[in-house]
Amino acid sequence: MRESSSPLAGLRRRVARIAASGGLSGARAEGWLASGHAGFDAALGGGLAVGRVHEIFADPLDAATAAAFAALLALRGGGTAPLFWLRTADAARQGGHLYAPGIAELGGDPDRLLLVETADTKALLAAANDALRCHGSAAVVVESRGRLPALDLTAGRRLALGARDAGTVLLLLRLGAEPAPSVADTRWRIAAAPSRELEANAPGAPAFDLELLRWRAGPAGGRWRLEWNRDDQAFRDAALSGAVLPLASRRALEPHGAEAA
Amino acid sequence: MQDLLVEPHDPARDRDWLDRLAQGCARYTPLVALDPPDGLILDIAGAAHLFGGEGALVADAEARLERTGMTVRAALGPTADAARALARYPAPPAPDEAAAIRRLPVAALELDAEATRALTRAGLKTIGDLSSRPMASLAARFGAGAATALRRLTGDAPSPLAPRLTPPPVAAERRFAEPVASAPHAMGVLAELADEAIEALAERGKGGRDFRATFFRSDGLARTIAVETGTPTRDAALVMRLFAERIDALRDPIDPGFGFDTIRLAVPRIEPFDASQLRLEGGAARAPAMDELADRLATRLGRGRVRRYRPADTHIPEQAQLELPAIDAPPPQAWPAPAPGEPPLRPFWLFDPPQPIEVIAEVPDGPPQRFRWRRALHAVRRYEGPERIAAEWWRRRDNKGLTRDYYRIEDDRGRRYWLFRHGLYEEKPDPRWYIHGLFA
Repeated sequence: MRESSSPLAGLRRRVARIAASGGLSGARAEGWLASGHAGFDAALGGGLAVGRVHEIFADPLDAATAAAFAALLALRGGGTAPLFWLRTADAARQGGHLYAPGIAELGGDPDRLLLVETADTKALLAAANDALRCHGSAAVVVESRGRLPALDLTAGRRLALGARDAGTVLLLLRLGAEPAPSVADTRWRIAAAPSRELEANAPGAPAFDLELLRWRAGPAGGRWRLEWNRDDQAFRDAALSGAVLPLASRRALEPHGAEAA
Repeated sequence: MQDLLVEPHDPARDRDWLDRLAQGCARYTPLVALDPPDGLILDIAGAAHLFGGEGALVADAEARLERTGMTVRAALGPTADAARALARYPAPPAPDEAAAIRRLPVAALELDAEATRALTRAGLKTIGDLSSRPMASLAARFGAGAATALRRLTGDAPSPLAPRLTPPPVAAERRFAEPVASAPHAMGVLAELADEAIEALAERGKGGRDFRATFFRSDGLARTIAVETGTPTRDAALVMRLFAERIDALRDPIDPGFGFDTIRLAVPRIEPFDASQLRLEGGAARAPAMDELADRLATRLGRGRVRRYRPADTHIPEQAQLELPAIDAPPPQAWPAPAPGEPPLRPFWLFDPPQPIEVIAEVPDGPPQRFRWRRALHAVRRYEGPERIAAEWWRRRDNKGLTRDYYRIEDDRGRRYWLFRHGLYEEKPDPRWYIHGLFA
């Protein structure tokens, strides 16, 4: 079974790559960073809008989960458009390195990744501004830890304008920060979710708990539990009930989700 | 002595100063060699006429160096060693160069003290005395070193020069009769030089990777500013944008002082510049805007701050990826492809160095049951492992090294970790546990 599916998955990836290589932009040609999960994308009107700023909040312990979600959204579906990953020079010491073999394990292409390290957060935002204004990137990810005083409303507005003018997308990865008013189009909280169990109680594919904290264009409060399927290059339901869950039912789902997973 | 100022001797700073003086002397010729601790050797062959002859060049150099507070002793010679000896060892005046060399003391050979003493005892006081003897007997009696030094001094053997910088393949230069004191004007001149250099590159069918602008100040010092590009370029506007970016990022701005009297743009690294490749499906194969952005960020933040990932052929996880400067990264190589249907076996996030944790396991050799990391206790709900990764014993002198047993762990909150035990129980009595990464 595995032997036969291997060439198939490889071919599928190649087809996706060829299909996406029509422009440099790949999956974002339609103006959305889509997840590949029909319910999620439909609820957001297509996915995370390109030309906007999106904020992702996560606990520092969930850093890898949140970072992987951002990277997978951007790298999904092949193409050659580069992904800019901006962080301060002390981020590696505090939180660890991005690990390219791990990105390849998730089905992303590490060659598309361009890591930019800056001395401080001020230079970080300046570099983000430059990267945003350069048309043709898959996404610009800015990773920060804790409060980000340099990102005031003026700086945020500048970033939002840069993204809108160049048609690029900025994913602000705010680790260990509290949501505050900003110009972001959507604001998310992401945490790791229990994975679907494999043989012999082994952890399965990555699973994500997503919560839409704010959305300029529609109602907030949506929750999803998605799982990344590397072979299809798409997110899919992790929990059996899946889809959009109302706020109240989350508590009720927790034990059930844990059992099912 | 009340006015005596005492400073400790700092050879490194002396050397640095000498290097800066050498940089300033690059206005006369690109072939400038250091002769530490206090000498500079300039190869002015073919360059003297630009300054109105050898005498005028020496006078100009002496005047400039004296303006920086140096005491200068200059000499011209047919070879580097001869010029050096003439400058360093006082000799009575002589009608021509050959005579001056003959009148040098034997100490100018710079042999060891014993050999020099032996020469003077033998009554050989000057180079002239020595060179009148047969070379073979000289070598037999005072060593081959004496013969070689003598031949170099008289020009019979080559005395090669090791210049500080090799002359660039493409360079453009502008000298001013009146020093330029305004920085914007200097940048305007640099832009013209960039156009000239790009034209020279186009004639050769090459593109530049490395551009160095040197601003020579009229007081004898010089300042070099370099920019690099990730791909060969022939775009003068791009080069000027990079220079502007670099100058903006300088902690100390370029100070014209009393003005620049020479500005030079050198292109030390040139590469074939092909017409841009189009893809079969249409569109350019590379995105020039992206390359330019990467160059610009690298120019502003430092070349090592903008990096790409390349795989390395090793099983040791922290060595399996290389973070290389994007400006110089080798062409992409294939990454190890994951097996379909398998969950990710390598973490998204890696701790390097791994962080020590406390682990409670059911049996010593078994998987962890609970572990404490960053002062929080995590209960293991699912695990897979061990994946055993042996040390690269063939690289180690003692042919040993601890084996690592890796476990993929999921805790009760759904977070996934990569832990390992450093050492098997037969290798080490009490192996330690570490967390090496976080899975998505």
